[in-house]
Amino acid sequence: MRYLSHTPEELRSMLDAIGVKDISGLFDSIPKEVRLDAPIDIKPRTEWELRREFEAMANANCPAVAFLGAGAYEHHVPAHIPYVAGRSEFLTSYTPYQPEVSQGTLQAIFEFQTMTANLLGMEVANASMYDGANAFAEAALMTFRLKRKTERIAYSRLNHPHYVETMQTYFRPSGFEAVELPILPNGRTDFSKIPDGVSAIIVQSPNFAGVIEDLEAASKAAKEKGVLLVVSFTEAMAWGLLKNPGSCGADIVCGEGSSFGIPLNVGGPGLGFLTCSKKNVRSITGRLVGETTDKNGNRSFVLTLAAREQHIRREKADSNICTNSGHNALTAAMYMATAGSRGLRAIAQLNHDKAAYLKAGLEKAGFKPLFDAPFFNEFAMKAPAGFEKRHEELVKKGFVAGLDLGRYYPEYKGAWLFCATEVHTREQIDAFLKEVA
Amino acid sequence: MSQSRYPGTRGLAFKEPLLWERAHEGRIGISIPEQDVPESKLDASLTGPAPKLPDLSEVDVIRHYTRLSSWNFGVDTGMYPLGSCTMKYNPKINEAVASLPGFANIHPLMPESCLQGALKLMYELEQDLLKMTGMKAASLQPSAGAQGELAGILMIHAYHSHKGKQRSKMIMPTTAHGTNPASAALCGYTPVPVELNKDGVVTPEAIREVMDEDTAGIMLTNPNTLGIFENHVAEISKIIHDKGGLVYGDGANMNALMGYVDVHKMGVDVLHFNVHKTLSTPHGGGGPGAGPVVVNETLEPFLPVPRVKKEGDRYSLCFDAPLTIGRLQAFFGNFAILVRALAYTRTMGHMLKDATEIAVLNANYIKAGLKGYYNLPYPQASLHEVIFNDATQQKNGVTTLDIAKRLIDCGYHPPTVYFPLVVDGALMIEPTETESKADLDGFIEAMRAIAKEAETNPELVKDTPQNTMVSRPDETLAARQLILKGE
Repeated sequence: MRYLSHTPEELRSMLDAIGVKDISGLFDSIPKEVRLDAPIDIKPRTEWELRREFEAMANANCPAVAFLGAGAYEHHVPAHIPYVAGRSEFLTSYTPYQPEVSQGTLQAIFEFQTMTANLLGMEVANASMYDGANAFAEAALMTFRLKRKTERIAYSRLNHPHYVETMQTYFRPSGFEAVELPILPNGRTDFSKIPDGVSAIIVQSPNFAGVIEDLEAASKAAKEKGVLLVVSFTEAMAWGLLKNPGSCGADIVCGEGSSFGIPLNVGGPGLGFLTCSKKNVRSITGRLVGETTDKNGNRSFVLTLAAREQHIRREKADSNICTNSGHNALTAAMYMATAGSRGLRAIAQLNHDKAAYLKAGLEKAGFKPLFDAPFFNEFAMKAPAGFEKRHEELVKKGFVAGLDLGRYYPEYKGAWLFCATEVHTREQIDAFLKEVA
Repeated sequence: MSQSRYPGTRGLAFKEPLLWERAHEGRIGISIPEQDVPESKLDASLTGPAPKLPDLSEVDVIRHYTRLSSWNFGVDTGMYPLGSCTMKYNPKINEAVASLPGFANIHPLMPESCLQGALKLMYELEQDLLKMTGMKAASLQPSAGAQGELAGILMIHAYHSHKGKQRSKMIMPTTAHGTNPASAALCGYTPVPVELNKDGVVTPEAIREVMDEDTAGIMLTNPNTLGIFENHVAEISKIIHDKGGLVYGDGANMNALMGYVDVHKMGVDVLHFNVHKTLSTPHGGGGPGAGPVVVNETLEPFLPVPRVKKEGDRYSLCFDAPLTIGRLQAFFGNFAILVRALAYTRTMGHMLKDATEIAVLNANYIKAGLKGYYNLPYPQASLHEVIFNDATQQKNGVTTLDIAKRLIDCGYHPPTVYFPLVVDGALMIEPTETESKADLDGFIEAMRAIAKEAETNPELVKDTPQNTMVSRPDETLAARQLILKGE
């Protein structure tokens, strides 16, 4: 076996050094009653067999030009990013508990925290959560620590339904309650009826139907009610163009960052962003990297405020998170550094342009906007009658014509969610529109 | 130290500033696609200034991160004997198959007919995990070990709710990882700690004393974090089950058991895997990993959704599970990590048992090699890891931390230190199966040399590491000044 290097002679000499006759003698502490009866029934593959087996599975996923977003967005990944992110010093290292041999990861995460905080207009970003859904759940739990006497939170109906479900999974055993804020006819959340006794309102922008929410109005409503404003997002690219949530008055911003240099990968692993203000930093969960100096006065970076975390505080910790999404955070940092201020703005603008072009084409083909509202790269359209069947036929032609919103929202039955990004060429969009018409 | 068998450290390392210190306004590192559609302006009230990010060329980005990478120690660099973290070699074929475009470029919300390969892969990995454990059903959804734990405890919580009476406590040995009490607390359970006996294991008597009808179950890591097999596990499980509780198996140390232990026979109701430990996926400097769970019949109805179903040759996602704990993730789990895990189980096959055997052999070889040089608080038979401490070296003022830092100069990543908490000044060494005898001999030689230095020149040991970019960063200052963000 190529991953195991002992020769029979080495094995013998090691067993002699230990003082046992054979390897099985090292397992005498395992009682008979709990042993496996037979060898594990998996046949070892050669590298050739393995590659063929995996290529067959990969090829069984059909490639298509997909106009899909809804929490996972296809963006161009510059070639140099996976190349340098794949360096084994980054990929094969552990959590940076020993700072002297982890300065590469630590500085990179400090830079990630800085760029993420700047992108979202916030003071503090943590070193990542698993994904946007988990960042959402952790943000919700965080609001109960900041508003000690509350046990309820209000969330917009147009938050990503999977994020809300994830939050409810976390809430179930603790008795926390989530109440829904309704949607206005223009596709924006109704902030006029924030219920009493909630810790916060959570609103996603652009929301699940693609509508850019009025975050300043959300902030005003939250302040009047004396509750926190949590802003969530599924499409980090939007902040290349839109007014950032921090400047609109958000107290906590959470979301999904895998639009930045991370392939779709059938939806995972993602990259959770979680950010807050400096005064609330002791309530944030997840790892934090801080700047310090070493014994010789050199600038260096370490994990800090670890006393919040499970390995120190155990059952008193605010979260059980340990492993996070570190390598995806590194990748996203590389993407932000690569795009830079102007690059990110240009790509974000192009996303909106492509989506506007697709939307105009669909309108010509008989689709009607579900909402008269501003959007970024995603929008909902009422489809002509019989489109469900047409959708299936288009899949066979290599197009995925959006996502059925009725799957999640009975009130939007017959409406479909479309997304276009910088990866969709005019040629592809035109070819698709020709098929739809 | 130049004549030693251990590698030591010398090399070419460049200083590198922060990104924004390297940046130069006007540079750009990305190729922007052609503007082939008309520009569409959003209302100015919705847009803000361009985000504040550094301006760099592609070459700047490559140099920056290449230099940063050289300040890191990885498994590919050298031996990484972090106890309970199973830092084994991460095979490169796993990376190659994970980046196949038919996996990497697939959107999770494609129609099921377009996802057959991905669903098949998930189904097959579930089957492999079941074959390895003797359990009944699996979910790949948890994002990491801690979330696998949470999934398990949520299922136990849902089970008790379904039975009509919730319980308030959860038993866990004092050797448990910090994630165990934290996961239990997230579900509202109060941890009930249980001490080990002098042999380093939990006894049925100790469990009988605390188990009652208000206790939801036990969280048991096996082998425990001393590397010792909990040999009373079957009897302990029976005590728990007899009082209506359930057994959570923490699979962090599964690398010690593959091919040897039937998890179902241990009486475990739910167990999580750390695929970034046992199944060789890279740890990525802190993630992402994956923490699949396997369960028996009792807990199958409570598994997270969606589940992967196979009917004939067709695979589908199933959401119809009235007792499910719900969703744990935006989509179906850390798919790209799961691809690597399956590549590993398929490469190793039944030879997973060989991996376990060599892992245990290597740990015992280190144990034999360092006995007499370092204090061994639990000399009993141990499996894949061994725990020493600094009791001998403390006499000369040299601590576990000093020993760990000195190892860095010798060319090794330090072991896990000061854990488990039941051992003062613990040095928890887990070499894994992928270290060669020569590497182990070098490590043993280095550790012996440090033990000697601790006697002859303790001040030297306390003044290490000497060859790294930075040495002993001030953690107290970091927490006090709290600089978490640059410009």
